[in-house]
Amino acid sequence: MTTLLLIVRLGGERVALRASEVEGVVEIPSVTPVPGAAGHVAGLAALRSRVLTVIDCKASIGLLRHEDEKPRDAVVAVVDGHPYALLVDGVEDVVEAGAPSPLGSAPGDGWSRVARASVEAEGDLLLLLDIAALIAGPAAVAE
Amino acid sequence: MDDLLDEFIAETREMLAALGGELVAWESAPGERDRLDEIFRFVHTVKGNSGFFDVPRITALSHAAEDALAAVRAGKRHADHALVSAVLAAIDRIGELVQALETGEKSGSEDDGGLIDALTQSAPEPAAEAVSATTAPAAHRAAVRSIRLPVDLLDRMMSGVSDLVLARNELARKLRQVSGGTELDTCFERVSGSIADLRDAITRTRMQRIDALFSPLPRLVRDLCDETGKQVSLEIDGGDVELDREMIEMIRDPLTHIVRNAIDHGIEAAEERAAAGKAQAGKLSVVACQTGNQILIEIHDDGRGIDGDSLVDKALAAGTLSAERAKRLTTAQKTALIFEAGLSTAREVTAISGRGVGMDVVRANIERIGGVVDVESKAGQGVRLTLRVPLTLTIIPALTVGAGGQTFAIPRSAIEEIVRAEAGNVRIEALGGARVATIRDRRMPLVDFGTLIGVNAGEHGSMLIVLKLAGGGTFALGVDAVHDHEELVVKPAAPAVIAAGLYAGTTLADDGRPVLLLDPPGIAARAALSLERAEAESKAAVAAPAAPTVASLLFKSIPGPRRLVPVAAIDRIEEVAADAIGATGGRLHVAVDGILLPLEGCGSAPPERAIRILRLSDGATQIAYGVDEVIDIVAAGTEFFPAATPGEVRGVTLIGEDQAELLDLHWLFARHAAGGAVVSERPSCLLPAGDPFMENILRPLIESAGYRVLRAGEGEGAQADLVILSAEDAAPAPAGPGRVLRIRAAAEPLGKKDDSIHRYDRAGLLRALSAGGAKR
Repeated sequence: MTTLLLIVRLGGERVALRASEVEGVVEIPSVTPVPGAAGHVAGLAALRSRVLTVIDCKASIGLLRHEDEKPRDAVVAVVDGHPYALLVDGVEDVVEAGAPSPLGSAPGDGWSRVARASVEAEGDLLLLLDIAALIAGPAAVAE
Repeated sequence: MDDLLDEFIAETREMLAALGGELVAWESAPGERDRLDEIFRFVHTVKGNSGFFDVPRITALSHAAEDALAAVRAGKRHADHALVSAVLAAIDRIGELVQALETGEKSGSEDDGGLIDALTQSAPEPAAEAVSATTAPAAHRAAVRSIRLPVDLLDRMMSGVSDLVLARNELARKLRQVSGGTELDTCFERVSGSIADLRDAITRTRMQRIDALFSPLPRLVRDLCDETGKQVSLEIDGGDVELDREMIEMIRDPLTHIVRNAIDHGIEAAEERAAAGKAQAGKLSVVACQTGNQILIEIHDDGRGIDGDSLVDKALAAGTLSAERAKRLTTAQKTALIFEAGLSTAREVTAISGRGVGMDVVRANIERIGGVVDVESKAGQGVRLTLRVPLTLTIIPALTVGAGGQTFAIPRSAIEEIVRAEAGNVRIEALGGARVATIRDRRMPLVDFGTLIGVNAGEHGSMLIVLKLAGGGTFALGVDAVHDHEELVVKPAAPAVIAAGLYAGTTLADDGRPVLLLDPPGIAARAALSLERAEAESKAAVAAPAAPTVASLLFKSIPGPRRLVPVAAIDRIEEVAADAIGATGGRLHVAVDGILLPLEGCGSAPPERAIRILRLSDGATQIAYGVDEVIDIVAAGTEFFPAATPGEVRGVTLIGEDQAELLDLHWLFARHAAGGAVVSERPSCLLPAGDPFMENILRPLIESAGYRVLRAGEGEGAQADLVILSAEDAAPAPAGPGRVLRIRAAAEPLGKKDDSIHRYDRAGLLRALSAGGAKR
């Protein structure tokens, strides 16, 4: 059984997302901040007539927030009926991969919350990230 | 099979809903064959259909009801009250069972034997009066062209169209940037038009006649009358008004509650009504109508009204009201206490109402959907409750504001007032870390949105938006700018955004940028406001302006020069559109808040653009004064260089290094006051305190005549050369060498011996002042 994966770059690593959970990849030109929201919520962006909640994935896994104001690549996903844009460092490719396998050893701090499994694609072993966990952000752990 | 069952359930429910009104009408006129036939047809259909399914209880009930009704049709039985009640009960039970069938739960009531007995047992009395054989052909049943659709499909269509509208707006924006030529524009116009039509049509598919809300009422009223032994005639109007079906569901419970209340507590028992000289049967009317993009539902009873004083007593006992505030409540405010949690006028708890679920819940529900509830009560004459709700939930009118360099939207229904922070009647004070705004003697907590979200801490915005909360409290929200009123398509915000506790939803502005919709209760909670209503409405002690300087508003006048006007004389500052200004007989006037005010300061030609006006008041009359730009509030000295000729400027003073003209309020108001007065030869110079006319308008005139003004308490009357008294105030003139000048507000003298001067008799006043002689 094969799985389609979207390979993205995040925090200096290549990681995978399930392509079936991803609606598309867009460039986010500008973000309207949401003051008062959790740190990993970068803000809101308009995509056609939809309002996307922009999630800064780096902040979500405990790394520094994106700082630059340049347009950035984002992965669009709909979770519980709400559309989100997940900011990543870059989008590489969609590849076919085998079934994911459980993680043998716990990855680093922030990663362990969002990575539930690893998957082998194109000869590399990649972390398979959970989109819902990325959206929930670091605060979800405390709860 | 499941499909068939679903069909059966849906059909039965539909028929039940349609039957509600018929049943009650039938009871009041059991002789009407048409109605009887209608009801008979229902039970007959249910009996027939239920045979296909394993629902023995429904079959048994409908069978018994059919038998009873058949006997009536055949003239063997009389449709008396007992029979009607039994049929109604049976039909209710059928409804219950169908409901249980649908949800898969067990019906609460298990035994149908009693109901069936009630249907059969009433001894078939001899048909004293057979059902009148109205042989009118059964009303022709028009073939209905309709299909049944799941509501979420409609919802999806609606959100699709909303998206389409936004996409169109975006396209329009892009087109403007590239200016594609008329051909493209025409094409776009056509698309745009079709989208608008489509949106209207889809919006209408979500609309339901408000009848759906009203049709159960006759039955409800009938049952309540039975229970309470009261007589009530119900009038319903406006059932064809259409409303978003989601809205209808949201209003259903509040409306039921209000009707229950009206019958249980409002309308008196027949004897009591007779004693009060009213018709024995109470009148309850429920009327719906559409005004603009709002639906108005009015529920009016002619009962005893709401006992405001007893509400006050209850609130005092419950500790939600302070005794001191209770004394200041107006009748309307007392009546509005009905919306407070836990207060009920019910003398005793009855089965129908008064169980603690009160009008506070009604109000909360209505406000949750962006509506408003008003109550108006006349003792002994009844209560009128008005619900105002928006047409749909998805498009709401909102005000866009700027704060912290960003745009936010505020639901218009929450906004009570917008004032400028530097307006004369607004004071902002810091109490520890908290800030309090006093707007026209009304004190309320001030939350600066910029500070709340962590930008421009310590500052406060230049505009204050007074927001009212469902609970009744108010607070002022400081923002940097007020942009526009817009109708916004609101979308639910993601949980991560809602978690901030400040926002109710998101939307796209016309320029395509996402905008957050603010949630006033959330903001109040986040700012940890304690919205003690007693405090919110307390009158602030307004300190008298310090003697040597006058807090004055410095502004750029329309002709150009900078001018000053005492802050105390300004009621408020407003922006008015050019078309609100008109000219009559060489004088300008402006329409604000539904009244016409004389407009000064603009010369004789109406301005061609929107201007800002100062609303000046002498305590009784108002005039508007157009300004070009408000500069600042300054402490102006009392020294000035008088103008040569009387006019709207009485002199020039220095503010810092610059000159500023002083407005002559006396001259301005005199132009618009009813004229004519008697000349008196006597003068004075001690001013009574606390009279806005004396303090703000007359004082400058007296000063310009060369007097030094003492206020009561400051200098003794005995030392004053001149004592000014209000003619309407019968206070005796203080003993002393000073002369006494009485000034009256009325245009005509108060009596033959009255030697007072009319307050706007400028010549008379000046003569009186100079006759007294400036002794300095």
